[in-house]
Amino acid sequence: MSDTPILRLSDVSISLPTGSDRTHAVRNLSLRIAPGQCLCLVGESGSGKSVTGQAVLGVLPPALRQTSGSIAFRGAPLDTRQRGREIGTIFQEPTASLDPIMRIGDQLEEVLMVHGVRGRRARRARALELLDAVKLPEPERIHRAYPHEVSGGQAQRVVIAMALAFDPMLLIADEPTTALDVTTQAEILRLLRELQTARGSGLLFITHDLGVVADIADHVVVMQHGNAVEEGPVERVLSAPAHPYTRKLVAALPRRRAAQPPPSLRPDPVLEAEGVSLTYRGTTGLFRRTEIAAVQDVSLTLRRGETHGIVGESGSGKSSLVRCLLHLEQRKSGRIRIMGQDTTDWGTGLPRSIRQRLQIVLQDPYTALNPRQRIGDAVAEAARIHGASADQARDRARTLLERVGLSAQSYTRFPHEFSGGQRQRICIARALATEPEILIADEAVSALDVSIQAQILALFRELQERLGFAMLFVTHDLRVASAICDDITVLRAGQVVEQGPMDQIFDAPRDPYTRALLDAVPDKAGRAGNFPAASGEG
Amino acid sequence: MPLVVKLSLIFLVLFVLFALFGTYLTPYGYRQTALMHRLEAPGLFGSGSEYPLGTDARGRDLVARLAVGAQVTLLVAVAGTLIGAVIGSALGLIAAARRGYTEAAIMTGVDVQLSLPIIIVALFVLAMFDSSFMLLLFLIGLTGWEAYARLVRAATLSARNQGYVTAQRVLGASALRIYLRHILPNVFNVILVQFTVNMPLTILLETALSFLGLGVQPPMTSLGQIMSEGRDRLLNAWWLTLFPGMLIFLLALSISLVGDWLRDRLDPTLRGRRMT
Amino acid sequence: MARIVTLKILRAVITLLIAVSLVFFFIRLSGDPALALAPPDAPPAVVEEYRTRLGLDQPLLTQYLRYIGGMFQGDFGYSIHTGRSAQSLFFERLPATLLLGLTALAIALGLGVTLGLIAALRHNSIIDRFVMGFSVFAFAMPNFFFGLLVVLSGALFFGVFFGGSGATRSFGQLLAPAATLGLAAMGSFARFTRSSLLETLNKPFMTALAVRGVPPRRRLLRHAIPNAAIPVVTMLGLSLGGIVAGAVVTEQVFSWPGIGRLLIRSVETRDIAVLQFIVLMVALTMTVTNLLVDLVYVILDPRMRGGQNG
Repeated sequence: MSDTPILRLSDVSISLPTGSDRTHAVRNLSLRIAPGQCLCLVGESGSGKSVTGQAVLGVLPPALRQTSGSIAFRGAPLDTRQRGREIGTIFQEPTASLDPIMRIGDQLEEVLMVHGVRGRRARRARALELLDAVKLPEPERIHRAYPHEVSGGQAQRVVIAMALAFDPMLLIADEPTTALDVTTQAEILRLLRELQTARGSGLLFITHDLGVVADIADHVVVMQHGNAVEEGPVERVLSAPAHPYTRKLVAALPRRRAAQPPPSLRPDPVLEAEGVSLTYRGTTGLFRRTEIAAVQDVSLTLRRGETHGIVGESGSGKSSLVRCLLHLEQRKSGRIRIMGQDTTDWGTGLPRSIRQRLQIVLQDPYTALNPRQRIGDAVAEAARIHGASADQARDRARTLLERVGLSAQSYTRFPHEFSGGQRQRICIARALATEPEILIADEAVSALDVSIQAQILALFRELQERLGFAMLFVTHDLRVASAICDDITVLRAGQVVEQGPMDQIFDAPRDPYTRALLDAVPDKAGRAGNFPAASGEG
Repeated sequence: MPLVVKLSLIFLVLFVLFALFGTYLTPYGYRQTALMHRLEAPGLFGSGSEYPLGTDARGRDLVARLAVGAQVTLLVAVAGTLIGAVIGSALGLIAAARRGYTEAAIMTGVDVQLSLPIIIVALFVLAMFDSSFMLLLFLIGLTGWEAYARLVRAATLSARNQGYVTAQRVLGASALRIYLRHILPNVFNVILVQFTVNMPLTILLETALSFLGLGVQPPMTSLGQIMSEGRDRLLNAWWLTLFPGMLIFLLALSISLVGDWLRDRLDPTLRGRRMT
Repeated sequence: MARIVTLKILRAVITLLIAVSLVFFFIRLSGDPALALAPPDAPPAVVEEYRTRLGLDQPLLTQYLRYIGGMFQGDFGYSIHTGRSAQSLFFERLPATLLLGLTALAIALGLGVTLGLIAALRHNSIIDRFVMGFSVFAFAMPNFFFGLLVVLSGALFFGVFFGGSGATRSFGQLLAPAATLGLAAMGSFARFTRSSLLETLNKPFMTALAVRGVPPRRRLLRHAIPNAAIPVVTMLGLSLGGIVAGAVVTEQVFSWPGIGRLLIRSVETRDIAVLQFIVLMVALTMTVTNLLVDLVYVILDPRMRGGQNG
């Protein structure tokens, strides 16, 4: 290894436009990446980690300006002509980082061309070689395809192929796996690590996920509000974090809940589904109709006061299943019992007396609240629909808002005045306004930063303990599921792959897909959290 | 608020005041002819005429005629735009709410309208039936209904997929409550912005029809109709063209500018793309 | 792909059929169609023959079918004004209107798109503000007023009288009405091109291309402009509607001997047969244009092509 670092940032500050909530996106940041080293920039949203990447690449948004410090690539200021050749870049949204109306092969060959590869044939051969190098099946087909015709994981491999086309000295990867499913994420991380070690390039890896950090980083820089609050070798930072913020982040990682002795008598079921199937109609050919099975023959039982997790990757049918259970979709078949009452025949017109018992908290806290309704009114309206008088409803709304940790004054404010985590609290309050026996949390913590996620999970637990509702917890994240669920159903392509108590699923998975999912969870070694071990309450 | 928007608002206020009270500015009635004073040039421009904006071919005072014309144009603009907005938005809302065949039928209607510019439809219908002010108003009102229908349908469909509507359904809220309390308020901005786009189009259609002599009929008058009468005397009585034309243009312009500003304010995704 | 094209053609046919039906029912509502469609000086026997041929004694459905059938045989009725067949009057005027309309469209498209591109590339500059100001101006300016101003200033400052009877068909005589007609569409093209290109330039893939080392010129020409062009194409159908509508007024202002003036005269004289033919031809033109625009859209944007199997 040479002494000159591949990338060196000295005292870099980047200012935000006036009127922002702080003056600097990044303040006095210094870091260095040696050849063959992977440096992770870790932080929650708004920490300045992505802005740092943009500054290195010279693509800061027009409103942002680097006000001080220097960025040196192999000892010299970056020449933009080095981009693409000596510096490769990988983005969060692979499909969005490709031109939607140009074939993938042409885009790949364009990169080769602008960096001087002569000859159409030579470019085509090299392009196919690169597609093969990133382990894409059928390189010929991918070469011909348009970006929307390949999956997110495949698109990310294409982007990696472009980034690696000239064996760059430096790779910059900005949340490259965040938009991908967990199994795809594991594959992409493995591929990146492999290619990077083989070529000895430096890797600047930007992520919010400490699990991913544990898997890929050599060195870590933790950022908060634009400041580097801690840095060091990955083992040291994760096992013995020095800064309170890093400690908080590590502590916020979802931890598997303590194994609980199976109770001699399990409580009554509150929600039972038997052989639920849902199909969507699609058209192929001119008028031929086909049926696409979204949910196939799913059965599950949710018991009073317990939490049942539904785990699956995108397209597994978890959201469709939830819509079936909520009677928002006309099922193709299957029986559903809510609180012992058979609701199969109700279709989508479930009466209010039953709706009251089963409420939902949705994934995206930004669209879950009517932007033109005061949040107190939103909660009160829920109570009013179920027969409370105006005064009662207002009182209940105030109580609930306080119970989920919001002040009574927030009653008259509008949703845009709240952060994502606060909005999710409001949604929980609204769902609880009907005093339901069953609460469905549909990816309810997925859109939140890890520290907020931990708070909301804790809130769920606390409220469940106090109010005794049963929870159907839908998530793509096994770590989160392990933190809160008693039972787990693993879904894949609309079908149940495996079902059982959480400990059994995690410790002795029977199905190969479940095992693959578990293997794909970042930080299997437990460097950051204590995911595999069934240790004490987190 | 940018200066042009302020100026536009000031002009709009002045226009409305002129339409409402303009006839009091002049001692002459808008149908009062004066054969001795035919085609007098505007006194304001130093012709020595006692008519500040001049007279037309029958010696009628242009101030009075413009005031009445502004009244009619404003009435047709506001009422007409409301007709289109209500019909179009209602159809768009129904299409999104009912889906299926209802939606297909409504959207086919939109396609048909897109294949026939409204002025052609209006001319065809006006030739078929005896012209009446109500028929004219209704035809002009149809301007842009298809735009409302498309926009409101799209906005409603998108609102329906928002979490807050799902949450309401799960709560067991009635369809009426969901549409009135949760979807309509969120679609309303779309309607409001489209209103400001559509109103100039409505004004231009009415004035164009009247200019062609097929809209507002004498003895009633409108800004377009005054221009129609002045057309053959363009070179020797320019004021008959210029004053009503400027009023129409400035009216349409002010509404557009206010509308653009409103859109920037209401649609955060367009913020930062200031017009002028 | 084949499926999408078939569906779009089917939709166009249905649209056209409905337009035709509407015309039929309006004529039926308005009075005696035999009188309207028969040659003006036709003896009562001929009118009677029309009546039988149109089947006015038959049920409405039969009448409707015969009406459609007549169209397929090229029978669109006769002008009460001149006694000539509706289509002969129409096609006699068509070249003049095509010349005017296509010139206007070319001006609108050429200048509008250019202005829009410049404005987007010089975002927030003086030029950008000027272009945006111009587009509002063009939108709000009534074309008959603008046309009259052109005529007036032509006469006052250049000694040219645009659109006078017997005026030589010089380039200027075409340019004045064409520019007037194309003004509004030019404004919308400028505005739409600008916002479409700005949006494309802000897409993540444009940044991605930059950091992959693709030079700015190539990014613009090979990626930004093709992507930004897609929504502009949809504007083409809408602006053609504007030009058809505007032609009616513009031809009147400039005394241009086209279909617009024929239309106005037919309305004034209640020349139903001619009127009907013009309306049908407008519907046909617009439907075909909208169909073509849709198809071009599918060709330009691979995402619109649906599944591979289609």
